[in-house]
Amino acid sequence: MNNLVVLPMIIPLLTGIALFFFRSLLWLQRLISIGAMLAASAVSIYILHLIQRDGILRLDFGGWKPPFGILFVADSFAMLLVLAASVITVICLFYAFFSIGKAREKMYVYPFILFLIAGVNGSFLTGDLFNLFVCFEVMLLASYVLISLGGKRVQLRESFKYVAINILSSWLFLVAIAYLYGAVGTLNMAHLSQRIAEVGQGPLLTTISIVFLIVFSLKAGLVLYHWLPGSYRVAPTAIAALFGALLTKVGMYALFRVFTLLFYHQPEITHTLIGIMAGITLIGGSIGAIAYQNVRAIVTYNVIITVGFILIGLAASTTMGYEGAAYYFIHDMVAKALLFLLAGTMIALTGTAAIERMSGLIRNYPLLGWLYFIAILSIVGIPPLSGFIGKMLIGQAAIESHSYLLLALGFLSSLFVLYSLLRIFLNCFWGETIISEENEAPLKRGLLMPSILLAILSVGIGIAPEWLAPYVQDAAHTLANPEEYINAVLED
Amino acid sequence: MKINDVILQTVAKVVVFIILTLGVYIFLAGHHNPGGGFVGGLVLASALVLLYLSFDIKTVHKGLPFDFKLIAALGAFTVVAAGVGALFFNESFLTQTFLSWTWPIVGKMGVSTVTIFEAGVALAVVGVVITIILSISEDV
Repeated sequence: MNNLVVLPMIIPLLTGIALFFFRSLLWLQRLISIGAMLAASAVSIYILHLIQRDGILRLDFGGWKPPFGILFVADSFAMLLVLAASVITVICLFYAFFSIGKAREKMYVYPFILFLIAGVNGSFLTGDLFNLFVCFEVMLLASYVLISLGGKRVQLRESFKYVAINILSSWLFLVAIAYLYGAVGTLNMAHLSQRIAEVGQGPLLTTISIVFLIVFSLKAGLVLYHWLPGSYRVAPTAIAALFGALLTKVGMYALFRVFTLLFYHQPEITHTLIGIMAGITLIGGSIGAIAYQNVRAIVTYNVIITVGFILIGLAASTTMGYEGAAYYFIHDMVAKALLFLLAGTMIALTGTAAIERMSGLIRNYPLLGWLYFIAILSIVGIPPLSGFIGKMLIGQAAIESHSYLLLALGFLSSLFVLYSLLRIFLNCFWGETIISEENEAPLKRGLLMPSILLAILSVGIGIAPEWLAPYVQDAAHTLANPEEYINAVLED
Repeated sequence: MKINDVILQTVAKVVVFIILTLGVYIFLAGHHNPGGGFVGGLVLASALVLLYLSFDIKTVHKGLPFDFKLIAALGAFTVVAAGVGALFFNESFLTQTFLSWTWPIVGKMGVSTVTIFEAGVALAVVGVVITIILSISEDV
């Protein structure tokens, strides 16, 4: 029993509810929300250290022993993601303070951001499949509100699609859970893993696993990503950054959890399928990224490419692949938040999202330009920035498992990422300066600071990956050896 | 034309109290029998909805000057706080406990921390239902 484990979810949840009582005191809302997320980040760091010392931690809610009660399980993989998500939220909140506008602040935007992160952290931490569904719903309900808040025509159109597709996938999720419960009679993940290993993963269980694959693919944007670019585009920058950085990661995390802990006995079917889907996602995302002239659209298609890339690590299913994926998860949360914030800042400054209508911004806003350049290098994976180590490890894992096609697709997609982002850079930052100094919109320091912080994080992770290495290795080790997770949960 | 709703209003004045009593009964019964915060909350909310139907929003607001969004928030806060409370006694999150005493007439009666949790659920349900009904009525 360790009550700390529940804090990354409870702190945002409780403070989020409390914020409802301070609707008109905006400064207090800001202070409390950022304080809560800083506290959640600090607790996450502490838990991460505890895991290295004492092994995987768990908390049985209400003292009900697994597999009868529900529980939170904190292993290194989950905690790394919780930590990254909490830190990103702090930075995005900071950006929101300067950009989101009084109207949204009064309509409870901060409580809903906190609920979103409570759902995200809960999904990472839970050790129970039904609880995972519940945490997904907490996250999704908050995201429905955040997407539609503002009530613009385009927002309502896109949020309708977003809500419809997510309700459908949640229903499928529930059906899959019911199938699995009918088949093996438990929902505790460790217990499920044990039972599936006992009865063997026959055709029935494999089929159920494919239903899960479809569900989480819808959430993660793996192949079934048609809903994603539109809905991420209409949200305000700070919220789009949170979505781009966190939401697909939760789906991917669920894929990793389910296909390393539960359904790992038939990799020739399930993991091959994941590999094929990752390949298609890489191709589709790359085509999307170079097809558009809109900054936001290009950036959102880059989110999809990442989904394909990280899942190469799962398709390879080697320790190295998991390690690379863990690095890449963290890197991508930072880098995608950075990219979305920069793109949003560019749009806010120029008043347009079309790249052919911006030019020579680097003369007006040099720091913004260089930050964007760092973001490109980081996402493409140029050493010594944070994307490099993850890309390298995932590439090595693909070679290890002889999936050369995926390897080729993965690195080709990096070229497309580079091309699509450089195109923005060449069009918008280089070229003739079209904004004269008198017409130049002032760049608020508050809009730039979050990006600077994220860029520093990205460089930091890139220069000193050894600092993260013990945690990432432990995370990969646990993913590769499900019995450690099972022992931590089921034995006292 | 003014609708004559004397009968509705007269009946409502009496029936509201019956519904409220039933709501409280169902809420309290929930610990061992069918019932509980959610159902109890729905019944309580239905009494308020009846008031809103038979009188108008302004009149009811004079008697019940609450912001129902805040009532929902208060309920949700109570629910989570009831779980967090266990942390201060060094127990697992959501641990429940109860006390019982033997009373002179009614015999043995107990209080459980689950009741706090359920009260939160009931408040949240009342707040949400009334908020939904009021926002729908604003649209028309």
